[in-house]
Amino acid sequence: MNATSPTSPASESISTAEIDASCRVPLFTFFVSGAVWLVIASIFGLMASIKFHSPDFLSDCAALTYGRVHAVATNALLYGFALQAGFGVALWIIARMGRTRVSLPWMIAMGGKLWNLGMTVGVIGILMGDSSGFEHLEIPRYGAVFLFLGYLLIGFFSLVTLHDRKDRELRPAQWFLLAALFWFPWIYFTADYLLLSHTPVRGVVQPIIAWWFSANLNLVWVGLVGLAIVFFFIEELMKRTLYSRHLALLTFWTIILFASWSGVPHTAPVPAWIPALSTVGTVLTFVTVLTVMVNIRRTCSGCSQTDKPISGKFIAFATMAFVVSWLMNAISGIPEVASVTNLTWYPVAQWQLNVFGFFAFALFGAIYYIVPRVTGIEWPRAGFLKVHFWLAAFGIVLIVLPLAIGGIIQGFNWHNVKMSNVDVAKSALNFLRISTVGEALILVGNLMLLTNLIGLSVRYYKTHFVPAYREATAELKPAGVKP
Amino acid sequence: MKYGPYVFLAAFFALALSWCGFVVTPQVQLGRAVQETNSVEKAELYPQERSGQARQGLEVYRANGCAYCHSQQVGQQGTLVNVVLKDAGKKTMDVAKVLNDEKLGTFSGPSVAAGLPKTLLQNVSMEQAVALQSLLKNAGATTELHLVPFGPDIERGWGKRRTVADDFITDATVMPGTQRVGPDLANVGMRLPDVKWQLMHLYAPGAVVKDSPMPRYQFLFEKRKIGARPSADALALPKEFAPGDGYEVVPKPEARALVEYLLSLRADTPLYEAPLTPPPAPKTNAPAK
Repeated sequence: MNATSPTSPASESISTAEIDASCRVPLFTFFVSGAVWLVIASIFGLMASIKFHSPDFLSDCAALTYGRVHAVATNALLYGFALQAGFGVALWIIARMGRTRVSLPWMIAMGGKLWNLGMTVGVIGILMGDSSGFEHLEIPRYGAVFLFLGYLLIGFFSLVTLHDRKDRELRPAQWFLLAALFWFPWIYFTADYLLLSHTPVRGVVQPIIAWWFSANLNLVWVGLVGLAIVFFFIEELMKRTLYSRHLALLTFWTIILFASWSGVPHTAPVPAWIPALSTVGTVLTFVTVLTVMVNIRRTCSGCSQTDKPISGKFIAFATMAFVVSWLMNAISGIPEVASVTNLTWYPVAQWQLNVFGFFAFALFGAIYYIVPRVTGIEWPRAGFLKVHFWLAAFGIVLIVLPLAIGGIIQGFNWHNVKMSNVDVAKSALNFLRISTVGEALILVGNLMLLTNLIGLSVRYYKTHFVPAYREATAELKPAGVKP
Repeated sequence: MKYGPYVFLAAFFALALSWCGFVVTPQVQLGRAVQETNSVEKAELYPQERSGQARQGLEVYRANGCAYCHSQQVGQQGTLVNVVLKDAGKKTMDVAKVLNDEKLGTFSGPSVAAGLPKTLLQNVSMEQAVALQSLLKNAGATTELHLVPFGPDIERGWGKRRTVADDFITDATVMPGTQRVGPDLANVGMRLPDVKWQLMHLYAPGAVVKDSPMPRYQFLFEKRKIGARPSADALALPKEFAPGDGYEVVPKPEARALVEYLLSLRADTPLYEAPLTPPPAPKTNAPAK
């Protein structure tokens, strides 16, 4: 899309600053609340990680037992931060690419509030023992209702914004976002309705649906939105267009056709055709990785690596993490590999790399780029940005590498029948200790992001609301009265 | 893919496909499954519904996220066959000759007929087993083929056969798990059927499993002053885990329910899709290692 496009005579009519400003209200909600959930997620993640080498750490309080702390950590990271901030970045990209103002930003912000209400209720529910018991879907019914209602507002008005675009022709990032907008409510409603309602499905249909949902959320949705962010920012930061639309189309089709079938492990106690299909879907996501690699390499070829803005660093890391984590996933789809890696720390490492290394990094890059433009205020602590990058980068490497290696060792050890159960569990201990360090680094980095966001909000309040308030009240006060 | 409707249709098509595949079809195939009659042994219904207390225990299992560290899915690499001689028949010399020719030991007529039933071949393929069986049949002997599932999980004693969909029919929240920080629990009721052991293990894992990395679940227990006389339910804890003098530890209803649930976990009934021949050996009460 460009200004000379014949179908968009009006594309010049709305200035970039105006578009950015129209995003401000919902984006504040998404990013600040998202950062709060991110910090909560990393505090609980750190607690959960410590519990593995000191099992009795905080174990005498029911709410802080490992099974609840771990569920809070993953849900706060996924739904609290990743999805929520993802909605924000997606909305901004939709508005920017469509050269149009956000439609009814207040309604979207309301949706965000409902979402956060659902999160709060849900997390308290998990801590009280109301977790649904399905991985990545633990938030109980009474929280899920608010999440879903909130999403309906967010999704609907994001869609309206997309529809209002001034240039009709869609670019790759927009395909990905449109598909994701529609993907989430379908999978979330299906999983909630069939698993958490009063009359849930019975037997192993339950875990099959839970696995299906988990793959569609963690691979398809996260993949679609994450790649949209990566594609958009590569174009935006480097002032280039994507090397190949056709490759992007292939990426798109392989994600929605193949990744949506992955997720059921081959050891699952279900009829064999299900894991067999799932294996095919998982292994075929190799194609997705290849197309993304080629497309991004070709787009970036010849650009200078030195003077990269901090957002570029985050996006570059996210791209690498995408490639590695999706390769890890595709390899572990092969049954011979899965017989070792399945039911170990390896899938945990892959999940962390995908959700944090890939998706959260793409979000960090986007947030650091977007917020100053949307508010017109620079980051109060600009030095934190670089430190956050390095803390998060070292943190995630220190989590993923030890857990992946420890997981493979653990898998071989479970096959070694001579080793006792306790010895197998202990063989992963040192790897878990290293990953605890990673969790701690990530927590510090996330606190820096939150500090910056809060500092910026305070500045915004001081520069916009306080003078406006003084101005408004000054007229009302009779002369001679001290303000 | 220039226009919105195309993208929407593409996504709709792809998601509808996967939704039909992994949501609708499993529900059609399995969603209304009913208890089956075990076709191998006594014609009993399987699985039996869990008791009310065990169902409450399942809720405790779910609430505290036990499934994050314990799977409930025993894997199996395949099935091997044991050939068991039930009756040597009248022509014991012929039977002994067959066995000697097959290099299964040195047998004479009387020694073949002694100590029946006895296992002649262990852990062989079905082809080998059937070949021997037909040779022995020609010699007038009666044999049985016993099916023995194998794989590392089974060798660890986690189960006698792989876990299948039928094992979960009656459960409300089905948690096959995704991680094995600790051992698989699909058959923990068969492996560790001792209520006292289970309670003690929940209260202080280290008291019964040395160096256990499992966290303790003391919030499922009540530590209280000993009244007029010690409670019959109090845990007999070793010294380093015992509460102070004058105190005792008794399980709360949650702990009892959880243990009832754990003991109800045993999926060792032979099924059509997961056959095995149960050993005739008497069941022991000894807790496994």
